[in-house]
Amino acid sequence: MEISRHWRLQQQRYGLVGEVCPHCDIKIFPPRDVCPNCAGEAKTLFQFSGRGEVYSYTTIYEPPEGFEGNAPYTVAIVKLEEGPMVTAQLTDVDNNRVSIGMPVEMVTRKLREDGKRGMLIYGYKFRPVWSHQSANQLAA
Amino acid sequence: MRKIAILGIGQTAIAEQWDKSLRVLAGEAVLAALADAGRDRADGLFVGNMLSGLLNRQENLAALVTDWVGLRGTEAVKVEAACGSGAAALRAGLMAVAAGEMDSAVVVGVEKMTDTAGAQTTAALATAADADWEAAQGLSFVAINALVMRRYMHEYGWQHADFAPFSINAHANALHNPYARLHDPITPQDYQRARMVADPINLLDASPIGDGAAALVLVPAEHVRRNGRPAVHVAGSAAATDSLAVHDRRDPLWLSAAYDSARKAYGQAGAGPGDIQIFELHDAFSIMAALSLEACGFAARGQGPRLGLDGEIGPGGRVPIATRGGLKARGHPVGATGVYQIVEIVQQLRGEAGATQVPGQPRLGMAQNIGGSGATILTHILKAN
Repeated sequence: MEISRHWRLQQQRYGLVGEVCPHCDIKIFPPRDVCPNCAGEAKTLFQFSGRGEVYSYTTIYEPPEGFEGNAPYTVAIVKLEEGPMVTAQLTDVDNNRVSIGMPVEMVTRKLREDGKRGMLIYGYKFRPVWSHQSANQLAA
Repeated sequence: MRKIAILGIGQTAIAEQWDKSLRVLAGEAVLAALADAGRDRADGLFVGNMLSGLLNRQENLAALVTDWVGLRGTEAVKVEAACGSGAAALRAGLMAVAAGEMDSAVVVGVEKMTDTAGAQTTAALATAADADWEAAQGLSFVAINALVMRRYMHEYGWQHADFAPFSINAHANALHNPYARLHDPITPQDYQRARMVADPINLLDASPIGDGAAALVLVPAEHVRRNGRPAVHVAGSAAATDSLAVHDRRDPLWLSAAYDSARKAYGQAGAGPGDIQIFELHDAFSIMAALSLEACGFAARGQGPRLGLDGEIGPGGRVPIATRGGLKARGHPVGATGVYQIVEIVQQLRGEAGATQVPGQPRLGMAQNIGGSGATILTHILKAN
């Protein structure tokens, strides 16, 4: 991946920085400068909490070029608690124990590496939010 | 605007054609279509293609094909709309001839996909999705469709087996299409046991890629001389768009661009879903067949699989789909697919569809071609006169 292409999205990849529409107050991620709801100009930055839930998920067994080392890996559409949805990999999770509605939170992880001498690309992934109860179950 | 007739059709087999290059495939289809039309030239040539730059390292494709078929000098341009490139090229040709800019046009969809390794082709296909926000996260195009299918099954309570009739019908019909990629009928057991690609999508939910080309010759309807076979006119042509990324849709389970383009095309044709006798839909994945049937008014929301389970989608059914194999079994040479669909509707309306001919001399057929997971959708309605 081109360095500049990744670099200019660093606020989004590392911090889930999106926008809020000053006209209709809808939260926007990824940023698009024009509100998808009211079509007004929307350039006010907004920091998302990173919390959300799984809207849908799948496990990839035949990965595209650049992700061969990760397979099989689970990806999801996550509905953020502020409203918008985002597509991302899940991490720190058993591929067989993902479900729709599962609470997740954003973490920063390595997305891919472009060969031995290439860049390491970091970005957001989502992991399950462990409640005390489920953590206890895991320990048991 | 002038009414348009499809005067000629041509196609190559869809296969791993290691002995044929991009230009050779396109040339075969163009020359076959011109011969079928009884013409030896055209005023313009429109090429539908998605991946020649990425997989064949060849752009400026339209001039290349035009020169190759002996039409050097003729105006030509490539049209790209991912897997919807074929129908987008058709629509560009239609607008040129209807507007009077040209008195004839050749439309050819071509794709050469099997020279490259699997992971490279998979990555190239993912360019139909949002590069920064879907593909960069490691999503394949299959995975994006799997996300839609999983949520659909969750919302409406369908099981994976409920989608089997789409694939079984497509394979059964392709057996009688000599140009089809696959000639092996499948059973419900085959469907359930197929290798998983991105769950719930397995190998028999997904359409096979391949090398192939299909072509059409367009002329003003008033220029068509009666020659004993039905003249096929374009009664409706419309396109609409939606977000590239599934997560940006207002409702990821509703193909709004399918609804919008079908509604416009129905209006132009003065018809509705009840009048359509053949529907070549974009069954790149079985979930897309269900969503297209719903958005175009053939099934209620969430009820797409019902038509298959009720036996309504075969050539003798109420809504015949994938009558020559569909994307699932005729094959999906991505940028060519939209033109194959039109060739197949013309075959049906001329009564040339052989063992999968829809009975009763059908007069209205519809084709719908989808670029990406729903971002660009084109709907065409053809009428036998």
